Amino acid sequence: MIEEMERDERVFLMGEEVGHYQGAYKVSEGMLEKFGERRVVDTPIAEGGFAGVGVGAAMVGLRPIIEFMTWNFSAVAFDQILNNAAKLRQMSGGQFNCPIVFRGPNASARQVGSQHSHAMEHFYATIPGVKVVAPAFVDDAKGLMKAAIRDDNPVLVMESETLYSLKGEIADDLDVVPMGKARLVREGADCTIVSYSRMTHVAVEAAAALEKEKISVEIVDLRSLRPLDEDAIVASVQKTHRCVVVHEGWPYGGVGAEVADRVQRLAFDWLEAPVLRVATLDVPMPYNAKLEQLCMPQPDRVIAAVKRVVNRGRGRG
Amino acid sequence: MIQEPHATLRDSDPDVGLFTVLREDGSADPATDPKIPTPRLVLAYRHMRRLRQLDARMILLQRQGRVGFYGACTGQEAVPIATGLVARPDDWVFPALREQSVMLVRGFPLRQFVAQVFGNSGDVLKGRQMPSHPSGKQVHQVSWSSCIGPQIPQAVGAAWAMKQAKNEAVAFGFSGDGATSQPDFHAAMTFAAAFKAPVVIVCQNNHWSISVPTARQTASRTIAVKGRAYGIPSVRVDGNDLLAMHAVLERAADRARRGEGPTFVEALTYRIGAHSTSDDPTRYRTDAEVESWKKKDPVDRLARHLRKIGAIDDASEKQLDDELGAEIAEVIKAVEELPPPPRLSLFDDVYAEPTWNLREQRELLAAIPPAPSH
Ligand SMILES: Cc1ncc(C[n+]2csc(CCOP(=O)(O)OP(=O)(O)O)c2C)c(N)n1
Repeated sequence: MIEEMERDERVFLMGEEVGHYQGAYKVSEGMLEKFGERRVVDTPIAEGGFAGVGVGAAMVGLRPIIEFMTWNFSAVAFDQILNNAAKLRQMSGGQFNCPIVFRGPNASARQVGSQHSHAMEHFYATIPGVKVVAPAFVDDAKGLMKAAIRDDNPVLVMESETLYSLKGEIADDLDVVPMGKARLVREGADCTIVSYSRMTHVAVEAAAALEKEKISVEIVDLRSLRPLDEDAIVASVQKTHRCVVVHEGWPYGGVGAEVADRVQRLAFDWLEAPVLRVATLDVPMPYNAKLEQLCMPQPDRVIAAVKRVVNRGRGRG
Repeated sequence: MIQEPHATLRDSDPDVGLFTVLREDGSADPATDPKIPTPRLVLAYRHMRRLRQLDARMILLQRQGRVGFYGACTGQEAVPIATGLVARPDDWVFPALREQSVMLVRGFPLRQFVAQVFGNSGDVLKGRQMPSHPSGKQVHQVSWSSCIGPQIPQAVGAAWAMKQAKNEAVAFGFSGDGATSQPDFHAAMTFAAAFKAPVVIVCQNNHWSISVPTARQTASRTIAVKGRAYGIPSVRVDGNDLLAMHAVLERAADRARRGEGPTFVEALTYRIGAHSTSDDPTRYRTDAEVESWKKKDPVDRLARHLRKIGAIDDASEKQLDDELGAEIAEVIKAVEELPPPPRLSLFDDVYAEPTWNLREQRELLAAIPPAPSH
């Protein structure tokens, strides 16, 4: 964000606690001192208000980055995103555009209860007119953020509170990471796991365990949920013949269902087993730590799903 | 004739005045004294002290990693305790973060209240909700919503339903100062007035919304004045003054019971502690400010009054402290030992009846061997 704000005067950050408090999760640490109150704007608690203020500013030429303290709170700004940001260009016959970024931590964050643990990307990825990205690694987090800020469409960046502490190398020459391109995290031969954000790390853990049992897993990290990198998914499944999708959020509909649809439609002749999905259980997230862990996708559930599809394919010989 | 809190309404003061009873020396201002019977004041004091101790213990437990989260109301005890005393059994309470303890005054067992913070098998909510979100149907109190604001229009809805049932019950709906920026607050005010709902909407202006001071939340000089624009009689009251709070809430509830509609109350107070256990207030406010408000501490102010009228003394204070300390310690000990809720309870209560997909997921989970502690 800092690099993009240095590069482009029109870019500014707005949200609750982004300035004086340095961000609820310290994401904007030091930015107020650097850019001042005009470009790092603390707001009253009214997501519907500052989302709308952002949309208005974007329509007349600024490039807002709107932070939701968590994506859960975007629920009270949903109308601004669904009915306004996403549709302005189309409804105005292309006269207006809305180059705005909405960002913040998404999905579970350890024991914050059902109202604070939503995987909101599933709702937003259904909306034509917005782009949705959900990085798993630090370089993608940076590169996709830059791409989002430079994009002329509304872009929703799904971060993860539990990944904020993740460390990693970033190449000096990294600029933008293009949206709509998946990342091949690991090559393998027996099964493809499609995942994104924190669940990619769960998939990596599961793949390491499966390797010990001589099951070779390929991991496709989507990075971008809309546009979706259909080609990368299909190419991988054509190679491994099996697919398991892992994401947070409920099993009804959503990104996993979308991926499963592509795979059965575009890679039907290559499939050796049904596409399985590992998702959050179909209940509101409980607070109790033990129950919460049971609810969320864990490596053991991923391992069980991969074994099911692999054994099925092998059984038939 | 004592001054009606609502008299301030007819006042042309744009700040809507400030209704106060307790004076610095601990005496009650004869012009505003609601003449609350002494035993009731002593009871209020007991509840305030209990809450103060409970909050301190819970914060300590959170620091020790024994509970996950806690939101205290230290410095704001007069509002929930006065509400608990004023509310009748049929009334409904729709709290925000700082008013959970109203239910304790209305007879909700401390043990279950603490179990909710632990979220274990002693919890009526079955470990589903974050700490500091208790609810108890038997005491007509719902849980607040983690997302700020929804309980305010809900309180109006409950009040409206009470009105239709013609049963004289009223609803109390709460918000913080920050919550008044949310559309839900404004919708609640609109509907409360338009439906003439028997509701008392209370905003605890504790001066901070996490790190945002009220002056950056709203350009309005007071919050109470906002009620006028909606056509709701509105009062600004010293929220650290139990006598004043009790008087204002009682009269507001009486108005509602008489069919005269809603009242809006801005209770001026101060959050002495952190916003929640996830917050560090030294990042945004000065010690001097906190110290100046400690001088207006609601528990101390009531104590000064009770001493002045001879209702408490050193000996009774010590006894009270010991009693409360023992009660809380015993409850924590008993509750902490309880196991987590049963694993398969995960699938209960999602719908009124179990659905096939939940049964399917239940079987899936039942097939996985439980971890040792489960
Ligand atoms: C919709 C929504 N936005 C943001 C938050 C994060 N948040 C939690 S409490 C809070 C401040 C509330 O301030 P106020 O209403 O003054 O109540 P107080 O906590 O001071 O009693 C904020 C911003 C939230 N919970 N819900």
